[in-house]
Amino acid sequence: MSNSALFLVVFLTALALVGAALLVAWLLAPRSWNAHKGQPYECGIPTRGTSWMQFRVGYYLFAILYLVFDVETVLLFPWAVTVKDMGMQAVACVLFFLVVLALGLAYAWKKGALIWK
Amino acid sequence: MFSSLTQWIDSFLLRYMGENWALFVEFLLIGVSIMVAYAVLALILILVERKICAYFQCRLGPNRVGPWGLFQTAADMIKIVLKELIRINRADHFLFRLASFIVIVGSVCTFGALPFAKGLQVIDFNIGVFYLLAISSLGVVGILLAGWSSNSKYTMIGAMRSGAQLISYELSCGMSLLCIVVLSGTMQLSEIVEMQRDSWFIFQGHVPAVIAFIIYLIAGHAETNRGPFDLPEAESELTAGYHTEYSGIQFGFFYLAEYMNMFIIAAIAATMFLGGWQPLHISGWDTFNQVMDCIPSAIWFLGKTGFCIFLALWVRWSFPRLRIDQLLRLEWKILMPICLVNILLMALLVALRG
Repeated sequence: MSNSALFLVVFLTALALVGAALLVAWLLAPRSWNAHKGQPYECGIPTRGTSWMQFRVGYYLFAILYLVFDVETVLLFPWAVTVKDMGMQAVACVLFFLVVLALGLAYAWKKGALIWK
Repeated sequence: MFSSLTQWIDSFLLRYMGENWALFVEFLLIGVSIMVAYAVLALILILVERKICAYFQCRLGPNRVGPWGLFQTAADMIKIVLKELIRINRADHFLFRLASFIVIVGSVCTFGALPFAKGLQVIDFNIGVFYLLAISSLGVVGILLAGWSSNSKYTMIGAMRSGAQLISYELSCGMSLLCIVVLSGTMQLSEIVEMQRDSWFIFQGHVPAVIAFIIYLIAGHAETNRGPFDLPEAESELTAGYHTEYSGIQFGFFYLAEYMNMFIIAAIAATMFLGGWQPLHISGWDTFNQVMDCIPSAIWFLGKTGFCIFLALWVRWSFPRLRIDQLLRLEWKILMPICLVNILLMALLVALRG
């Protein structure tokens, strides 16, 4: 059995798990409705305005930093598999790569992007 | 033991039906067993956590339903299914539903790739480690969607915090696993376990492996949104964080996924660092090794995973919650630089060893 087929099986299993549980709950659960039940939770006070609005830019900064370093991890994985065969040459190659990355981290650090204000 | 069992099932089915039908029934069996294992493990974990937490706080914990409260979580599950699914007026209903699917898909697909015992592993990609990292990061999408689609202030803030935390700590997780990939030279989980026959990677890799293990435990713990890192659902500020608006079984999905993610993180730690289902072997001690071989591989795996879970619970119930600036400083200014240096150290070690 190929792994891709098995992955599909596991994926469908996950969907079936959620679907079946939702179906059972939908069949068994009581249903009642009133105007206050559908309101967002806010400790008993009606919510003002929508919640889909601007939020602080700090989250965005971290998301960008994450993107840089995550792509870097993806690039490092194929390298990691070959270290055993290539020996010191692999270390020398990645040293350069990691230094450039560390410089990037240092730059972000210096700029204050790593501090939550 | 398990490979002979699967072969027996295969030949048994082929005797009674065509090849395609046999394949179909086997897939069905795999699906059902994963579903059962997933749900039962989650129920056991929730009970264990409640009991251990109670003992940490000098309480008794659940002790009314069944002997020692053994059926407490089963009863809870029945109760949660019987609760009403509330529709929020202004929510984005499609995404609201979709979020619980995504969270569960992310965690079940990771669960399916774990090597539980000798010959007991459903998905065995040759890029296994990569697959684990990729598919487990689906959870972030689910959490962000859940928080955003509910259209409530608490869930929005919870989801944003959770997103920032999860993506940050995912880097350290990935990099500490990268160290082990450098050491083993393969990404296939079954091979990684096989290579730890004589000594586990945490012993083979000297200092870098130990550092990677500790970093993985910290980052993995943060990945599960628990313990001192639980600001996304800080109940004193945000009620319940990103799943405030969910009710009934839909809340149950998030709860289930949280506990199973804890299991998965512990299981990956056990597989990558502590030898997976391989018994403890010390070179030269032949009698000792033979005695250790007598213990079934599944028990080794569950024992190591249980140990890592216990560490996580211990941390959770011992430390106060971090602030978000402390949390991000810990990741970006402490763990990240250590990780980068650690990768280099590990590469040097492997290269010098030849």
